[in-house]
Amino acid sequence: MRMTGNDTSLTRRAVLGGLAGLGLVALLPGRAWAAISASKAESLIGQVVSDINGIINSGASEAVMIKRFEGVFAKYAAVSYIAQSALGVDGRSASAAQKREFTKAFQGYIAQRYGSRFREFQGGRIDVVGTSEGKNVYEVLTQTTLKGKSPFDVIFIVAKRDGKFIDMVVEGISIVKSERKEIGAMLDRRGGDLNKLIADLKAG
Amino acid sequence: MYDCCQDKDINVTKPFSKISPALAGLVLVALGACAQAPAPTGYDDPHEVQNRRTHGANIDLDRALVSPASTAYGEVLPREVRDTISVFSDNAGLPGVVANNILQGNVEDAVHNTVRFLFNSTFGLLGLFDVATDIGLEERDSDFGETLHVWGAPEGDYVVLPFFGPSTERDGFGILVDFVLNPLSLALPTEVKHLPKATWVLSKFGDRYTFGDTIEEFYNSEDGYELMRLYYLDSRRYELGIEVEDNELEDIYDAYDG
Repeated sequence: MRMTGNDTSLTRRAVLGGLAGLGLVALLPGRAWAAISASKAESLIGQVVSDINGIINSGASEAVMIKRFEGVFAKYAAVSYIAQSALGVDGRSASAAQKREFTKAFQGYIAQRYGSRFREFQGGRIDVVGTSEGKNVYEVLTQTTLKGKSPFDVIFIVAKRDGKFIDMVVEGISIVKSERKEIGAMLDRRGGDLNKLIADLKAG
Repeated sequence: MYDCCQDKDINVTKPFSKISPALAGLVLVALGACAQAPAPTGYDDPHEVQNRRTHGANIDLDRALVSPASTAYGEVLPREVRDTISVFSDNAGLPGVVANNILQGNVEDAVHNTVRFLFNSTFGLLGLFDVATDIGLEERDSDFGETLHVWGAPEGDYVVLPFFGPSTERDGFGILVDFVLNPLSLALPTEVKHLPKATWVLSKFGDRYTFGDTIEEFYNSEDGYELMRLYYLDSRRYELGIEVEDNELEDIYDAYDG
């Protein structure tokens, strides 16, 4: 997990945690040693939510909001994993360079696609409700309240391993799953030409 | 148990207006006899050819009529007025929601929504203002499709309805019943009988206008039909609290290795 080192106590805790972790590794070989706690997952999503709240009510232009949303996505999400998941089996034959380029294109595409909806969210508010534990992930439930609409749920799927979120499930709709379908269809239309898809995604 | 539900053929195209509510009640009691609906899996679409045709017709209808009307509606009336109409329409629909809450045996929501309705109809000036949300009585929607689900009716096949769009056999039937059996419309005097439905249509125009970008995205999407099906089924199952085994997602979540 990458952290900005502007908090000394946090750094110290991370070091101590790391030492404790090393001890555990010795005891439990093969176990992922950096697994985060449920409350850590929840506070990470709390930061995501407060960043997004700031963006939707900033009054900034749509282009600026999209750019800032892309920043949040890049910081807290496992972007390359989500991108590869969306690419699915089609991505297996891709070269390392293609994968890298696709991830970059995908990040901009997601920001554009979901960020452009923030106009509809103005005056709204997102709150963290609670966290439940899965096998390798935590599911952090958030609720979005828009003016005059009943609140809707967004669940962030946070990897225990490193605290990155690897999916968002909006009222039961997984972004990874729907983007896998979408990206798959886009690739089919281009006769499976990944380079063309990357170029088109980058062009917006 | 499973079979008894399967045998009930829910015919969504049957004209329902001629059938008395009592008869409808009988059919529903028969459905209610199946206590537990089989959990749906996947996205089977046996009527795909017909569904795609209806989907295309809906988009044509939208482009020709609904979208221009919504744009006009959105541009002529300021947001405050559109919101007020939408709040009024939601409030007028509340007696129907309460009826469904009762049919589901959900006492808490029935009371919640009754108090909400009384509050907004009085202090909220006939439902023009949603004052109930401000005191913690937020919107809790329900519909007859959900009632059927609670009674154990299976989801049925995926269907695309004219005008209403993505649905299932169970939910399509639910829409018909909700439409015919709106308690408020039955209780209102003739002159204003159709006011709730008229404002409902306007509030849909308002939604079409507000969420226009999102809807356009479906049109521009490379396979809008399949995405809509995925979105509808996943969100509806989530809303009804139907657990669906989803190995595809489980595998993706499990495979993450940083």
